[in-house]
Amino acid sequence: MLSSTLIVGLVLGGTYALLALGLTIQYGVARIMNLAYGELVIAGAFFTMLMVTQAGLNPLVALILALPLGYGFSWLLYTVVLHPLARRSKSQGQLEVDSILVTFGLLFLMQGLYQVNFGGNFQGYQWLQNPVNILGTKIAGGRVIGLVFAVLIGALLYLAMIKTRWGVNMRAVASRPQFAALVGIDMRKEARMAFATGGALAAAGGAILSMYQTFTAVDGTFLTMKALVIVIMGGVGNLIGALLSGIIIGLVEAGVSVAIDPGLTLAATYAIFLVVLLWRPRGLFST
Amino acid sequence: MSDLLTLRNVTKRFGGLVAVNEVSFTLGAGEVVGLLGPNGSGKSTVMNLISGELPATSGSITFDGTDIGPLPPHRIAKLGISRTFQLVRLAESLSVRDNVIMPLAFASPHVWGRKARRRADAALERVGLGGQGDMAPADLNYIDQKRVELARAIAPDPKLLLLDEWMAGLNPSELRTAIELIRGLGDTGITIFLVEHIMEAVRELCPRCIVANAGSVIADGPTEAVLSTPDVRRAYLGEAADV
Amino acid sequence: MKFEKKHILFLIGAVLVVAGLAALPLALKDYGDGLLLGLFSYITLASAWALFSGPTKYISLATVAFYGTGAYTVAVLNETLPFAVVLVVALLIGLVISLLVGLATLRLAGVYFVIFSFGLAEMVRQLITWFETRVTGTLGRYVFVDLTTTHLYWMLLGLACLTLFIRWWIGESRLGLAIHAIGDDETVARHAGVNVTLVKLALFAISAAIITLVGAIQSPRYVYIEPSIVFSPTVSFLTLIMALLGGATRTWGPVFGAVPLFFLFEWLSTNLPDHFSIVLGLIFVGIVFIVPNGVLALIEGLFTRKRRGTRT
Repeated sequence: MLSSTLIVGLVLGGTYALLALGLTIQYGVARIMNLAYGELVIAGAFFTMLMVTQAGLNPLVALILALPLGYGFSWLLYTVVLHPLARRSKSQGQLEVDSILVTFGLLFLMQGLYQVNFGGNFQGYQWLQNPVNILGTKIAGGRVIGLVFAVLIGALLYLAMIKTRWGVNMRAVASRPQFAALVGIDMRKEARMAFATGGALAAAGGAILSMYQTFTAVDGTFLTMKALVIVIMGGVGNLIGALLSGIIIGLVEAGVSVAIDPGLTLAATYAIFLVVLLWRPRGLFST
Repeated sequence: MSDLLTLRNVTKRFGGLVAVNEVSFTLGAGEVVGLLGPNGSGKSTVMNLISGELPATSGSITFDGTDIGPLPPHRIAKLGISRTFQLVRLAESLSVRDNVIMPLAFASPHVWGRKARRRADAALERVGLGGQGDMAPADLNYIDQKRVELARAIAPDPKLLLLDEWMAGLNPSELRTAIELIRGLGDTGITIFLVEHIMEAVRELCPRCIVANAGSVIADGPTEAVLSTPDVRRAYLGEAADV
Repeated sequence: MKFEKKHILFLIGAVLVVAGLAALPLALKDYGDGLLLGLFSYITLASAWALFSGPTKYISLATVAFYGTGAYTVAVLNETLPFAVVLVVALLIGLVISLLVGLATLRLAGVYFVIFSFGLAEMVRQLITWFETRVTGTLGRYVFVDLTTTHLYWMLLGLACLTLFIRWWIGESRLGLAIHAIGDDETVARHAGVNVTLVKLALFAISAAIITLVGAIQSPRYVYIEPSIVFSPTVSFLTLIMALLGGATRTWGPVFGAVPLFFLFEWLSTNLPDHFSIVLGLIFVGIVFIVPNGVLALIEGLFTRKRRGTRT
């Protein structure tokens, strides 16, 4: 039982980590707290479900398609809705409040649209339910593939952030915004790209999530909250921190639901969150 | 002259960086003293340590017989230390007058109501903003915002006034007015400790000055004598453009 | 304090309006009574929310955490204690929780506070659910109190008046100055002698205590109470949006936001329940883009512009 909990936790944690990665890029670089992030994840899940059930595609193909779609949608969202706010606001505090409120609006708008179109029931499709044997634990094939892809996408992104010019610019904006402008980095462009990249990760995370579990039209909120907790635990803008924290949260959730009660997973997440905030408000991995 | 403020071996570390290193000095009641030093020498940090914005890593700060080292800023303010900030900081949602009333309302004993209004208006008058109490801070230009800060600092009749580059960015005629204003304050017996880059102002206002470099005090004494010591010339004046 | 003529006129006007409002149930049927109760519940919630969040700009989503706590306290205690005593207990519980939460979170930066306050309600709900199923074995409780809807309405009307009075009083006092300065720049407030932590904590606790009482007074209306019913996040969001629409920094702002939105959402939930979320979302976006400072500020701005001529 311990090893199955461990594996379930790892799969969950891998997906969470991917989601948190997207959010930490959005918040760290574009400085927008996107509370509708989880709704984009659910959009990715719905998209994958439709591709599988209506168009008869393989979920992995849908995952590949979800990436550019998530990117494009978030690019548009930033340009049309969020950038005007960033330009209007006089202070970072004002932008923070405005972006929180607007993305709350988007959250409800998107949730409402999902509910009108799909209803409030559990959604999902059957894919690779056959168990695979890992270290003596039987686990559904879809879960394993989901984890593999979460790790793959996360690793690719990490490499891109470290090795490419694209990533270096973005990290410069995240860590030293005042100097990034001095060396000729176009802040607005970086912010838009970061926001769009985060959106691509969200959609991909949703596609992966749908491969191994059911979801509802309103699940986005808690995904956002979990991703946020992970981002803050890891330290805003810290990619490795987000990865590790994601896995910690995944393991804790799996552990709590097995050992105590499945109804307490969120309470456990928040308890950890509170401890982190009080103990290390800049993140577990800050120096 | 009795001692008003005493720093003894005060050190402030930020992680591995030592911003203020074993600094000791004393301000006598009624003195006007300048704190000089190149950028990054720890001047603003010293101001923040005295006002309580930052806690010192070690050492002691005594003000008027009280050990203020461990006190939070609001307690220190109540004891009679006022300050201005390097970059203007005002409460934007309050009127100019209310900005000035605030330290009166939270002084001990507090002043409120009509009396507070009167004192706030008098402070505004004194800094040259008479009749502008109903304006919003955002409607004033930068210089006038600085004046509001000064009015806010002097309104509660502090014993010690900390000015953090209050005269930076003034044009020559404004600088004249500003120097006269500060001199007028000094003449009332209030102790003034000012961080300033403008040599003209320091020479005119401060009979004594303290020079910091890389977090340590390298000179302390009568202004002209201090400014001519070789150490100071090398550390600071050699690099400054506005000597 | 000296009373001037305008104060006396205002007082007489206020007494007449409140008396009129108190007499309203006599003219209304049962359904109308319930509507009034709901309306004043949101007027009070939005005003109490704005009491803390308006000037400090801490966006709190903890509203339903306190509201639900109040309602649930009544559900647990209504058979053992008289209603008035239960209200006092609820008030005390609200105060204690808010002080604990405030001490832990009011040092946090804005975003962290939003997230934590949102999670708080969910955490309390999960903990109560777990406690009730595992320990007491009674998930779901009935509230039977010997009070009519009209009685409850009168209590809420009184609480609404009290809340508005507290907001007005704070606005006139040193506390009002301090809390606005804190919202603008905590460092400035601190250096002016304001004990920032204490002021924030006090306002958060007052706001939370009122919200807890609203939940407690509303509790008998539910008759049957389960954590998932009284801890619905919608309450937090509606409260927030009502206060913002009217303008959270003004005494009357939340009232002006609560009245139209309450009726709108009441109408939506009976006629277009599926579109509730969509409309809520659009209003959020609309407020930020069209009336960022609230409707009252907008109206005031229009008038002053007319008077002053061309000033923008």
